[in-house]
Amino acid sequence: MRYLSEYRDPAVARGLVATIQKTATRRWVMMEVCGGQTHTIVKQGLNELLADQVEMIHGPGCPVCVTPLEQIDKALAIAARPDVIFTSFGDMLRVPGSDCDLQAIRARGGQVRIVYSPLDALQLAKANPDKEVVFFAVGFETTAPANAMAVHRAKQLGISNFSVLVSHVTVPPAMRAILADPENRVQAFLAAGHVCAVMGWTEYDPIAAEHKVPIIVTGFEPLDILEGISMAVKQLEEGRHEVENQYVRAVSREGTVPARTLVEQVFGLADRKWRGIGEIPMSGLVLRDEYMAWDAETKFGVGGIHTEESSECRAGDVLRGQLKPHQCPAFGKACKPEHPLGAPMVSSEGACAAYYNYGRLREPEAAAK
Amino acid sequence: MCLGIPGRILDIRDDFGLPMGTVDFGGVRRDVCLAYVADAVQPGDYVVVHVGFAISRVDEEEAKRTYEVLKEMSQLEELEWMGEVADKAIETGERTL
Repeated sequence: MRYLSEYRDPAVARGLVATIQKTATRRWVMMEVCGGQTHTIVKQGLNELLADQVEMIHGPGCPVCVTPLEQIDKALAIAARPDVIFTSFGDMLRVPGSDCDLQAIRARGGQVRIVYSPLDALQLAKANPDKEVVFFAVGFETTAPANAMAVHRAKQLGISNFSVLVSHVTVPPAMRAILADPENRVQAFLAAGHVCAVMGWTEYDPIAAEHKVPIIVTGFEPLDILEGISMAVKQLEEGRHEVENQYVRAVSREGTVPARTLVEQVFGLADRKWRGIGEIPMSGLVLRDEYMAWDAETKFGVGGIHTEESSECRAGDVLRGQLKPHQCPAFGKACKPEHPLGAPMVSSEGACAAYYNYGRLREPEAAAK
Repeated sequence: MCLGIPGRILDIRDDFGLPMGTVDFGGVRRDVCLAYVADAVQPGDYVVVHVGFAISRVDEEEAKRTYEVLKEMSQLEELEWMGEVADKAIETGERTL
């Protein structure tokens, strides 16, 4: 695509690195919110290139990683039913629940299918009127418009054998929770560009003002990330704390209004548990009353499932930025992509998988001055 | 799943009231729901696609402008760096330029 390869231009990247090195008078701590950004940073070694200027803390923006264990257990309970075809994005299949994962349910004869879009799941419901088709609706604001549309279409078309197991979370409450943590070290955020493509960035203005943190809406290519870091460093050095948009080509202040509108029509806000982090007030989306007939949790009576998380997996510390993946005692030993203990090692967007796959086993140290 | 992919719209059609289209991702073509961007796009435009839905139009002019600015900045950096090297060389008497 035009203007995709350009955003990987090494010569321009070197220029941006030089700018950041010249601007920073000390080492700043910043968090990239999105797992997609984590992968670019770790894959390209941007955190190593800029080790003296910034410490990058990898944020909780990996939907698979933050889906709580009890939601996985609910999915497993529903998927095991003989009358159900359980559909999901591929990365959820290998996330361990209390006793097994969705793949194991499939091996035991359960009908578990990977779909690319929730509309494919709806199509499956239309084609199988004698079956209940359930879609695992996980993700952040980026997948919410797709999942909202699937439910809305099901209602419009009167498809009653379709339902969604909702495990949706939103980014701004998580950023607030990170900043409110007494152990917080984050001084600036690179906000997730595609979340903002949908939602715009007006929600971030009060966060930047109240907590005095620069927030830069940032894209996903190496040059986007470097420019985002550069803008954040400049603000920190100048003592400013504003919301700025690096990702102008895809994000406007208001976001994609038709998408926001339908998300707000279909979903309301509720408290939601995050895996490894705990409950964050008003951080989750749930179906509104008008759409409750398509709620799988109610339909299959699994709302009562509550599960405590295992202590061996330190995903919570990783997701809150208290621990780097390779510092976990289980990393690369008891926990590998082939037999993960927790979701961050499973997901293509998980920080643990990024460190494992790109061989970043050592934290870049700031050089002694 | 959170990884949005930019692609180019090849055609737009109506699927029982839902705007759909074929989107080309560097040679791979897929059906994409265009409901959220229908008023803002036409064939040939670029969109960011998440799980089968276009969630935003990519502004090509803006993409070009941002890149040009970044490129100019990097050239400036390189010029400054060359200047610094030259100054140092003058100071130390090792003129290499």
